[in-house]
Amino acid sequence: MKKKRWLSMVGTGVFTILGLIYIAPILIVLMNSFKKKVYINKEPFTLPTEKTWNGLENYITAIEKYDLLSSVGWTIFITVGSVLVILICTSMCAWYITRVKTRFTKALYLLCVFSMVVPFQMVMFTLSLVADRTRLNTPWGIIIIYLGFGAGLAVFMFCGFVKSIPLEIEEAALIDGCNPLRTFFSVVLPIMKPTYISVGILETMWIWNDFLLPYLVLNLNKFKTLSIAIQYMKGSYGRVDMGAIMAALILAVIPVIIFYLACQKHIIKGVAAGAVKG
Amino acid sequence: MEKAMRKYMPFFVLPTFCAFIIGFIVPFIMGVGLSFCEFTTVTDAKFVGLSNYVEAFKDTVFRHSFWYTALFAVVSLVVINVLAFALALALTQKMRGTNIFRTIFFMPNLIGGIVLGYIWQLIFNGILSHFNTALGLNEWYGFWGLIILVSWQQIGYMMIIYIAGLQSIPGDMMEAAQIDGASGFQRLFRVTIPMMMPSITICMFLSITNGFKLFDQNLSLTAGEPSKMSEMLALNIFNTFYGRTGWEGVGQAKAVIFFIIVVGIGLIQLRATRSKEVQQ
Repeated sequence: MKKKRWLSMVGTGVFTILGLIYIAPILIVLMNSFKKKVYINKEPFTLPTEKTWNGLENYITAIEKYDLLSSVGWTIFITVGSVLVILICTSMCAWYITRVKTRFTKALYLLCVFSMVVPFQMVMFTLSLVADRTRLNTPWGIIIIYLGFGAGLAVFMFCGFVKSIPLEIEEAALIDGCNPLRTFFSVVLPIMKPTYISVGILETMWIWNDFLLPYLVLNLNKFKTLSIAIQYMKGSYGRVDMGAIMAALILAVIPVIIFYLACQKHIIKGVAAGAVKG
Repeated sequence: MEKAMRKYMPFFVLPTFCAFIIGFIVPFIMGVGLSFCEFTTVTDAKFVGLSNYVEAFKDTVFRHSFWYTALFAVVSLVVINVLAFALALALTQKMRGTNIFRTIFFMPNLIGGIVLGYIWQLIFNGILSHFNTALGLNEWYGFWGLIILVSWQQIGYMMIIYIAGLQSIPGDMMEAAQIDGASGFQRLFRVTIPMMMPSITICMFLSITNGFKLFDQNLSLTAGEPSKMSEMLALNIFNTFYGRTGWEGVGQAKAVIFFIIVVGIGLIQLRATRSKEVQQ
């Protein structure tokens, strides 16, 4: 027994070191975000010294010159809006198409499953044309695009759960005089809470980090999400301001880490559920 | 009950259905159609038969990116799954702090591809500059850079799936093997791995499709440098659409080919998981 305890201590030690190495990349970027820009490319692995220290200057440039706060705002708006719309619309749709069997609902279910395997590159060019033509190239309009393109996975996951709800509960509600809408919102929706959390987390992770869809759909002169803003800082301006980029990277990572620490249990469960089904 | 619900069809199905038409069905059908046309905007599309596909297969950069992507997908599959499995095994042992370690290893998975690419670009270029070279100078630097990046991102994710699988192995089965005198290695290869086959199939296909679809990380880490040699399929399609006017049709044809590859992998997965289900 003594030997086992000793072994577990060594294990903890080894994994502490591994864990530190694992988060080192983020720490290195954090460290560099406080350095003057000329020193970042030259010596990225040294701690800031008095000579290279730049305080919060990089963050101020990122926010003032590259208007990063409005990008953060739009990203939050698009993510929260899309996820809420996706959750409500697709769960209603999933309940209806599992309960009412017609040729139309069966076809819709199959199309949703099919859409899950289609890579974005297949539709990206035509989707951006459609979005331009229908004037959906705003942060409000992109919510509809996300609902359409993200419907497949969400409907599929909700359908899987609805099948496991006993029909008797809903029938009882209908006999008691609830109309289908009320049955859904006061009976079905509360039962599906765990699925809402799983789907919500999967869609949040996808939309928050998505680059290509908003890049092609949004009117970039007016609206940029965080990923797009960072790509722009690096790409299209002649001289690259490494300091501002480091600050922008940190600003993009912080909300994710807060979100993760706040609901990591749900995230890990949701990911496991989504993987097994998808 | 069905009758009562049918009247409410518009409330339940219509919003999703309309968005699905705009966001998926119409672009998909247009996409398939346009792959047989020459066009710069949809209004001037002209039917040209299979010539876009011929053009796509003739494109040497596209062929190179196909092999580069395939190799990348296979290497990343092996690296990610071996490491994730090992981590899952280690972190299900009796040890202090396993929960914290799981949390740490999973974290990079939540960071977006563009951000990941620039984080690692700083680090790789910092190391390579000591040897007077840079990431964009050799396609294999980009290749291994992407492998490291993708492993960092996805190991935690696969680890979670493997841990769920390991925890579902009944404890008495392990005990029985132990009493029968099976060594640690025998238990791993005769009990654990066969019992884990469903999780292993899922993870393998997840990592191989992720490898094929990789775009953001590729764009931000190397952007195809040096001269499109580290360009993967998805980025190649993007550049065909938006980098060369008059090549939109070829881009769409490439996208259809890409779609067929991804669906093909998906179908093989479906078969593999089905046959496993029968066995158990």
